Amino acid sequence: MRFAAHHRPRWLLIQTLAVFAFLYLPILVLIVYSFNAESVGGFPPRGWTMRWYRILLDDDALWSAVGNSLLVAAAAMFLALAFGLPAALALDRASFPGKALFRRLVLLPLILPGIITGLSLLMLFVTAGMKLSLLTITLGHGTALISVATTEIFAGLQKMDRAQEEASLDLGATNWQTFWRITIPNLRLAIIGAGLLIFTLSMDEIAVSFFLIGRDNTLPLEIWSRLRRGITPEINAVSTVIFLFSLGMILVWYRLRTRRGEERPELAELVPLKQ
Amino acid sequence: MYSRTYKTAVAAPPLVWVAVFLLAPYAFLFCYSFWTVSQQAIVHHWNFGNYRQLLDNSMYPTVLFRSMRIAGSVTVLSLLLSFPLAYYLSFHSRRKELLYQLVIIPLWVSYLVRAYAWKTILGSDGVLNTLLQYVGVTQHPVEFLLYSPFAVVLTLTHIYTPFTFLPIYASMEHIPRNFVEAAQDLGAGPIRTFWTVIFPLSLPGALAGATFAFVLSLGDFLAPLLIGGPSGIMISNVVVSLFGAAYNWPLGAAISASLLLLVLALLFLVERIEKRLSFS
Amino acid sequence: MISSAQPAAESSTAATGGVEPLLSIRSIAKRFGSTTVLRDVSLDVAPGELLTILGESGSGKTTLLRLIAGFEQPDGGEIHMTGERLDQLPPYRRRVNTVFQHYALFPHLSVFENVAYGLRVRKVARAEIPNRVEQALALVKMTEFAGRAPAQLSGGQQQRIALARALVNQPKLLLLDEPLSALDANLRRQMQLELKSLQREVGISFVFVTHDQEEAMALSDRIALLRSGQLEQVAVPREIYNRPATAYTARFIGQTNLLRGLIENGVAQCGTVQWRCEAPDGPATFSVRPENIRLCDSTDAASRDSMRFRAVIRNQTFGGPTDLLELACPDGRALLVRIASRGNLAGECEFEFTAGDAILVKD
Repeated sequence: MRFAAHHRPRWLLIQTLAVFAFLYLPILVLIVYSFNAESVGGFPPRGWTMRWYRILLDDDALWSAVGNSLLVAAAAMFLALAFGLPAALALDRASFPGKALFRRLVLLPLILPGIITGLSLLMLFVTAGMKLSLLTITLGHGTALISVATTEIFAGLQKMDRAQEEASLDLGATNWQTFWRITIPNLRLAIIGAGLLIFTLSMDEIAVSFFLIGRDNTLPLEIWSRLRRGITPEINAVSTVIFLFSLGMILVWYRLRTRRGEERPELAELVPLKQ
Repeated sequence: MYSRTYKTAVAAPPLVWVAVFLLAPYAFLFCYSFWTVSQQAIVHHWNFGNYRQLLDNSMYPTVLFRSMRIAGSVTVLSLLLSFPLAYYLSFHSRRKELLYQLVIIPLWVSYLVRAYAWKTILGSDGVLNTLLQYVGVTQHPVEFLLYSPFAVVLTLTHIYTPFTFLPIYASMEHIPRNFVEAAQDLGAGPIRTFWTVIFPLSLPGALAGATFAFVLSLGDFLAPLLIGGPSGIMISNVVVSLFGAAYNWPLGAAISASLLLLVLALLFLVERIEKRLSFS
Repeated sequence: MISSAQPAAESSTAATGGVEPLLSIRSIAKRFGSTTVLRDVSLDVAPGELLTILGESGSGKTTLLRLIAGFEQPDGGEIHMTGERLDQLPPYRRRVNTVFQHYALFPHLSVFENVAYGLRVRKVARAEIPNRVEQALALVKMTEFAGRAPAQLSGGQQQRIALARALVNQPKLLLLDEPLSALDANLRRQMQLELKSLQREVGISFVFVTHDQEEAMALSDRIALLRSGQLEQVAVPREIYNRPATAYTARFIGQTNLLRGLIENGVAQCGTVQWRCEAPDGPATFSVRPENIRLCDSTDAASRDSMRFRAVIRNQTFGGPTDLLELACPDGRALLVRIASRGNLAGECEFEFTAGDAILVKD
């Protein structure tokens, strides 16, 4: 429902456009300047070149970091889902002493600044005598992102028709059979959506990784170390590629969620509100 | 309907994970904060020394308050930007689905990418400065744009505006349209309807988004390192250096633990306020 | 609150007509937190009968059904089926199947796979499954829909599939949780008839839960009226209608007039009317159905058994074949009278009813 069109105030429209400009111009600048022939970012951009992208292709250190990131993201995704699914089920169905505390703890990493999660895990690993490596980064990502899995799957559980599981039991299936034949298929969309989200967030994660890094860099940390050394236009090219990749992921996610005619996906489920 | 074994089976693994990777680390954080460091080694001598240092040395509260000011500015600006945006999308837009997606997309673009974008824009050699000179508005590069609290606030606002937008939009979408029709029926125009019906009912969402933006901005250390310069140092940067070059883990842990407690207190407070604010 | 019609003292076989009951619910109690939803409910289901558990929302009827199905555990009492203890078995080991209120068809499985689910899960021979599924679908007249997805079916069609899915397992007892409540009025009436004939054909006991008393009367072999967790009356439809045991039953099923009066020395007195009544002395309430009050022709002679009284017609509502009159009696009572439809009436008229139609009910 909208107010009648002639009620639409002009200034509101301008403000909306201004906000969109604010959100997108920096990204557009990056994209434009990734083709800039001059290596410094002056205005207006001079010349057109694919040089930075070519350099990018040959950058072994960067690609090795990409490989590391993919590995970590995949592993973190499995970890987060493997623990987030039972956590969501427990929150939905079980009652036990300390459940409220448990719920808050699981959701805490979503809202805590990454530095706290990263540092506290660092102390754990140091005390346990573990060397920092991709494994510690994976564990860090997993911990931080379980909350995403739990939130998304919990939302899926709420939408699920409880009677289906009862029907399955009624028809002779045990709890275990019901879980695999009915519960998981119904949660498929939520699980896949959560997986995609976790994967993307892990690829971009830097705050927690910052403290858990060993010898091998993930992509964001590799970019970070170069940024500390100064601006190179190659970073513009990397950023553009990352942007397009993220765009692709969100398209896939959106397609998946609206395929069966489901309501528009709510990323608002991400923000830890009343759960 | 769910047997005891079922419930135990689903609750046990995450409980274990939470205990090992959340509770234990926080416990260690607190333990470290009560120890000291001497000659590049951590001494397990329990005392309140670190906390006393935080209160005695005026640098720490100063940085903390600056961080809170920056976080506060980010929050206020993000709210100012997202509220009208959410209102427009929810109540006046014909293509709200598409526009909603457009607001979400920047969320998925890497934090680093966006911070870096501002670096290229704001530098003295950057896009904005050269544009201004090219157009003739200024003769010399404007210095304060980069390596200042201003830059940090600008960048973080850019990053967190979609985050504050989401819950505000969600609350607005939940407002039944016939509330608005009822207000109009009773004689309220669009502005009055907004302030008396729409705004109050979207406050819970605004509160959630604001909390998110404030807490994450407060603990941010990447943007200051990238574009904050010496005057833009925030509390987390202090911690980072204590875990790096200025090797003093216990002190760093003390600051982190304090930050954690501060955040928890804030979340608790927000939850109480939210209960009062939500009407349904 | 057990009415006089409930054969509490009689043996269970008497309630079910002399046959060993299929299902025996004995003194079931159920609490949720501090609320008692069912208290001391005892009921038997005969083989091959269609029993309806009727009640308003909050009466506990769905809870009772779920206890039989196995989704809840009783806090007291037992449930037996053909000799063995049912309430201690998990739902998947009971020979009981349920048709859920919103059907609960599995959206990710085709109609065929939905119906076959119970067979697959119990590892019925692969070769046999298609035959049995086809038979079940034929029973509900849905064979052409085997390949469809549940989302493609209408409400009525989904309901039939839910039936087939339950019946294909040849349960001893079928439970139906308000299965017709989501259908529109015409479809509902049609499905009532189909369900009835289906039950006859299949010969399995059905336990049907509903809040719609007309539906209960149309379908059931027996009705069990549940009120606030206790059985108010259990009887065949005609009896529960013509001889309600309590005022609640009389009001819940159909419409009625409740006349409060006094019995003294074998004579019941309500306002200006009195008649012989064999009940003990004391205050009493009588139920008189609106259709049992007749408009008198001036030429009628008063018979010994019929009581006459005068009343003013306050309102006349046209109802198709009948009219519903609202009367105001001289002593202030309001009565409802249902007569064959005729032209507009007004003013004061004379009415009568037979003593036998005044049923003594518990308040």
